[in-house]
Amino acid sequence: MSQFALMVNGQPRIVDADSAMPLLWVLRDLLQMTGTKYGCGIGMCGACTVHLDGEAVRSCQTAVADARGKRIITIEGLGEGETHFVQDAWIAEQVPQCGYCQPGQIMSAAALLQNNPKPTDAQIDDAMTGNICRCGTYFRIRKAIHRAALEMRT
Amino acid sequence: MTLSRRAFLGSAAAAAGGALVIGFSYRGHFRFGKQPQAQEKPPENPFDAWIRIKPDNSSDLVFAQSEMGQGVYTALPMLLADEADLDWDRVTIVQSDFSRGTGGSGSVRSNYDNLRRAGAVVRSTMIAAAAHRWGVTSAECTANKSVVLHDASGRRATYGELVDDVRRIPLPDAKTVKLKEPGQYTLIGHDTPHRDIPDKCTGAARFGLDVRLPGMVYAVIARCPTFGGSPAKFDATRALATPGVLQAFEIPARGYRIFSAGGVAVVATSTWAAMQGRKALDITWNHGPHNAESTDGLRAQMRQALDKPPVWSSDSTGPDPDAVAGVKRIDSIYEFQFLSHACMEPMNVTLHAHDGKCEVWCPSQAADWTRSSIAAELGIAETNVTVHTTFMGGGFGRRYTADFQTEAAQIAKHVSTPVQLVWTREDDMTHDFYRPAGMRHMRGALDAQGNVVAWTDHVADTAIGDYWSEPGKYKPDGGELPGRPVYPIPRVRMKYSPIQSGVPRAWWRSVGNSQNGAAVESFVDELAHAANQDPYQFRRRLLLLPPVNEDKPNPEERPVDRNRLVSVLDLAAQKGNWGKQLGPNRGRGIACTAVYAYLAQVAEVTVEHDNIRVDRLVTVIDCGQVVNPNGARSQLEGGMMFTLSSILKEQITIRNGAAEQQNFDDYSVLRLSEAPVLETYFIESHADPHGLGEAAVGLTGPAVANAIFAATGKRLRRMPFRMDEVTS
Repeated sequence: MSQFALMVNGQPRIVDADSAMPLLWVLRDLLQMTGTKYGCGIGMCGACTVHLDGEAVRSCQTAVADARGKRIITIEGLGEGETHFVQDAWIAEQVPQCGYCQPGQIMSAAALLQNNPKPTDAQIDDAMTGNICRCGTYFRIRKAIHRAALEMRT
Repeated sequence: MTLSRRAFLGSAAAAAGGALVIGFSYRGHFRFGKQPQAQEKPPENPFDAWIRIKPDNSSDLVFAQSEMGQGVYTALPMLLADEADLDWDRVTIVQSDFSRGTGGSGSVRSNYDNLRRAGAVVRSTMIAAAAHRWGVTSAECTANKSVVLHDASGRRATYGELVDDVRRIPLPDAKTVKLKEPGQYTLIGHDTPHRDIPDKCTGAARFGLDVRLPGMVYAVIARCPTFGGSPAKFDATRALATPGVLQAFEIPARGYRIFSAGGVAVVATSTWAAMQGRKALDITWNHGPHNAESTDGLRAQMRQALDKPPVWSSDSTGPDPDAVAGVKRIDSIYEFQFLSHACMEPMNVTLHAHDGKCEVWCPSQAADWTRSSIAAELGIAETNVTVHTTFMGGGFGRRYTADFQTEAAQIAKHVSTPVQLVWTREDDMTHDFYRPAGMRHMRGALDAQGNVVAWTDHVADTAIGDYWSEPGKYKPDGGELPGRPVYPIPRVRMKYSPIQSGVPRAWWRSVGNSQNGAAVESFVDELAHAANQDPYQFRRRLLLLPPVNEDKPNPEERPVDRNRLVSVLDLAAQKGNWGKQLGPNRGRGIACTAVYAYLAQVAEVTVEHDNIRVDRLVTVIDCGQVVNPNGARSQLEGGMMFTLSSILKEQITIRNGAAEQQNFDDYSVLRLSEAPVLETYFIESHADPHGLGEAAVGLTGPAVANAIFAATGKRLRRMPFRMDEVTS
């Protein structure tokens, strides 16, 4: 066990953890931040997506030791106290059904739009295909991303 | 909260903390057969829904159905709030403890009348109270947004102001209370945002796995990969030396109707530590009686069963459909695979057992069964078990059973703190209750006019009924089979042969309809092509033929109105550009069903280099009154995508008595890049609503298969579909 100083949603946090412990479980079990979800543990479903220095990463595949010194943003901190425009688009398009995968979907979409404010359908496919939804909200996710992109530009 | 009963059947009012509380009981909850030990109604909670009207004129609506993404959290309150004329913006929706079984697409369908009547009781009582206060008649008053108005004098009173008065007013009989006319609805039929969606976008929504309690610990279980296996011996020395691991102990399997695998539980200070501890266990497994089972072996048994007389047959009198004279006969074998539910949130439950009581936080479709099973496992009275139903990361039928809850109760006997049992994705996929696998032999005969004169459907599958019957008591009764085809066919015979298997199986979104619907409407397409008729016109023509040899109407089911099916078929053909030219390698398929509601769908596909891509699904539905169009559309879209995933990608195969697939790397599911454009149209209707959660599941499979045939001339009959399909 070692001590790690992390910067989560702009707040400094100190945790005692095994250096191999994935950031996912640090967030969920040690920091009680449960917005980031466990879906597969092998980086195949995207439910655990967070931003590390602005890039979307799978927190189940990111050891806590590798998150040190980086800006960690989770779904709870995405809007910095307000709702983020991607979250607004998700609500406007009424995307979620069960909702479990949606924090990961939103984090992937927010990272996409940060890097590419006007993504094509093919670029959305590329960025979002690692995020599984079993309720079948893909069609609405695509619409919500286009809506968010429009909101961002206007 | 104490409620005093009044002399009105099914409802009761009381004051609690200055608020008016009215409870409603109805019997609209879904139950699977007989659940042993489950009490019909826990005595401390006689109600299925209740309303709290507070002096500040806000209200809480409390419901016993569980929300798993299907939208009951919004649709059911809409029914009550509309008839009660509540101010929707000041309504808070609460999931009750002791929630009821939720499944079978039944929440709206079964509660549509009850909840509107409950709401009308509230409105009528509020109006009566205000009228009494003002010395006028109820007929002179109206209600709107939690306010009663006396139009003639302009007087108004909020529901909150009337709380004290209402206690002196008898509640009207819910059975005879006057309901609104459809034109008076303010919520029903109007697009209404889902109340749970904002929290589901910010990470604030609490699912079962998100329960966090002071001092809680986490547990995982090492289960034998082979179904029915158990630990022969184990050494936990290395596991106990893993940082964070607190305890490791064996829990036995539980049998009939619980069907938990048992194994070695590892308890730790974090989920991660528990997983690491489990990896360090040294277990020798006794693989049990099903070790030799395999998909290849099961397929061979199914093939053999189809060549023998069936174990059950729908009728054995009259001419055999296979002997009916016809100018053309079609003879096909269809096949369906085991499927996992693969809910995005793996199974889990959090328990705190202490001092002869137990508090439970569970993402369950059946909190009542959860409660009775935990009480039985702990040997305490059900009244000492409280179950809080959390949001569920998917249900699809998987969360109806009581296996994981029983495991957690077994663990809780060893742990004094709250404990969360976590199933990893691998646990979830390898110890599911799967959609059955099977084969079916379909035979049909056409006369010279292209009418279907005979139909035989012989199914051989790993029966759900066999798995869930008392050991040795299973008797096939045709319950696994589809109903008679919706088309008038003079001779129909359904046959069934169960296949023995140790693979756990149960209800997967729409249960038998997922495999039956796919085959039936594909086979109808085969008959249409054999008759050299357009598949849309063929269906339309058959549906308009006079009825023949109809089954006696089942009083519990609404009779099928073929004209409503023709209407949706016509609109689907129109909206789906039926008959218009498509480019190379592309095709359109059509299918319809009257199983859950009246639905028709046109699928457009492109098949290139043996890759199947579904481009567009156009769906038309007549489901009676649409309660929340927004939610209804979501449910249909969800059913289509769940089905598309299963027919194109998913399969569990069995080897050495175990599931071969472990996670989303080897169990492929549909991804965003593969999702088609969806268009859904509703027929306007005020008839009683149908359930929608499962409605589209039996439809998308055949629509896509028929489109693939149109594009390629190749009829795919084995799921998941592959262009290089080989049937044996």
